[in-house]
Amino acid sequence: MTLKYTEDHEWVLIEGDVATVGITAHAAEQLGDVVFVELPDTGKSFAQNDDMAVVESVKAASDVYAPISGEIVAANADIVDEPAKVNEDPAGTAWFVKIRLSNRSELDALMDEAAYKEFIG
Amino acid sequence: MTATEPELKQLPLSALHVELGGKMVPFSGYEMPVHFPLGVMKEHLHVREKAGLFDVSHMGVCFLKTTEVATGTEQAHLAIADAIESLVPGEIRKLKPGRSRYSVFLNAEGGVLDDLMITRPREDENQGWLFLVVNAAVKAQDFDLMQKKLAGKAELEIADNRSLLALQGPTASRVLAKHVLAAETMPFMSTLTAEIKGSPVVINRCGYTGEDGYEICVLNKDVEDIARLLLDDPDVEPIGLGARDSLRLECGLCLYGHDMNAEITPVEANITFAIGKRRREEGGFPGAERILGQMQAGPETLRVGIKPSGRAPAREGTEIQSASGEKIGEITSGGFGPTFEGPVAMGYVNRTHADTGTEVQLIIRGKAVPAEVADLPFVPQNYYRGK
Repeated sequence: MTLKYTEDHEWVLIEGDVATVGITAHAAEQLGDVVFVELPDTGKSFAQNDDMAVVESVKAASDVYAPISGEIVAANADIVDEPAKVNEDPAGTAWFVKIRLSNRSELDALMDEAAYKEFIG
Repeated sequence: MTATEPELKQLPLSALHVELGGKMVPFSGYEMPVHFPLGVMKEHLHVREKAGLFDVSHMGVCFLKTTEVATGTEQAHLAIADAIESLVPGEIRKLKPGRSRYSVFLNAEGGVLDDLMITRPREDENQGWLFLVVNAAVKAQDFDLMQKKLAGKAELEIADNRSLLALQGPTASRVLAKHVLAAETMPFMSTLTAEIKGSPVVINRCGYTGEDGYEICVLNKDVEDIARLLLDDPDVEPIGLGARDSLRLECGLCLYGHDMNAEITPVEANITFAIGKRRREEGGFPGAERILGQMQAGPETLRVGIKPSGRAPAREGTEIQSASGEKIGEITSGGFGPTFEGPVAMGYVNRTHADTGTEVQLIIRGKAVPAEVADLPFVPQNYYRGK
């Protein structure tokens, strides 16, 4: 199990060939109260950095990018039903999607936890 | 920040905002708090439940004084009223002492240059003066308009030695009455001069949230003391610009530069209440012909409430289509209403599609989302109507 981070404030937890993706506590805090989440359908494929999901706070909408290329194998309906969960437990139960990796080498360029902590200062 | 961008101006309460944990952002040339640690959602709900304190000192506060007649008489009021009535369609001549009126500056085509509050002083000796509050983003333009168009008739005194606080919410009157007893029973849209801790203040019972509340004009040198005094009450939380926007959107109030601009008339903006009865008969304000014509025949487009049927907020710029897919307008303000517990928006549509309940669709991220034309406000207004 490996945990990686992107510069767009997503976390990527890799288990075998599937990665669970969510937004970091820092991102959730910056967004403020999340009121709407739109997730992709399972079976859909994305290239790295494609617009994959949408998260909206009271004030603004933000795109969530695919941190790595692959196919959506699960989407978390709980956060669609209850968007506030993204603020309550962003690094845990409020994961966004699970992606089956199509290009493992993309993981090398992602940050580890120490690097991400330094990135957000 | 690039070299061409002017430095952000600091308001007298900047240090207090930072001390209170405000997240500061650039707004209309000022550094202002968008939210405090409570966050936009809880700040919004708090104002609807108790009371919130907003720093709105970025707005343009000014006094306009007649130079044609000695002040202190009814004639002086009529002179200053005639002067301002050449720029706005509101009934100012018959505005009673101590009362406020919402109005708009118009251009020659009847387009809205800004919206503003006009207050006639209560005191006999101050007749011939008007107290105005205009929007921050266009205040320089507004001041220029008055100085040019009213030259020889009136003198403008820009009150940049004063700050403006808004205390809003159902318990605002209880909070302010501890310091100014008369504030509790003053009528909605009226004014009062008073002292708080020995400092002179002008209190207007009005606001931009749909709740009961006040705007309090305070000398810059005393504003921090007065803000701290009001914040000392356990009911009062500091509130940022984020909740200010969601509160006004839920209660159906226009944001200048978004829901209204120089291309849009007050008839199209659905604020014909700002056009006085006598003014409708007499005209004599900029763009009167077009505006009165629209009042007769009905405008081509009209500002309406839009309620998206799903949960996705429709933001400013979202295309509005008829149920059959033809473009009929655009969202001008939209977001999530914390009290309404769902997305709320307003925008302009063809008059043929402006009836409440009309089914429309919104193009959100390329997809058509069903919505309907809705009555404004989305949440009931809670203004003070006397005891």
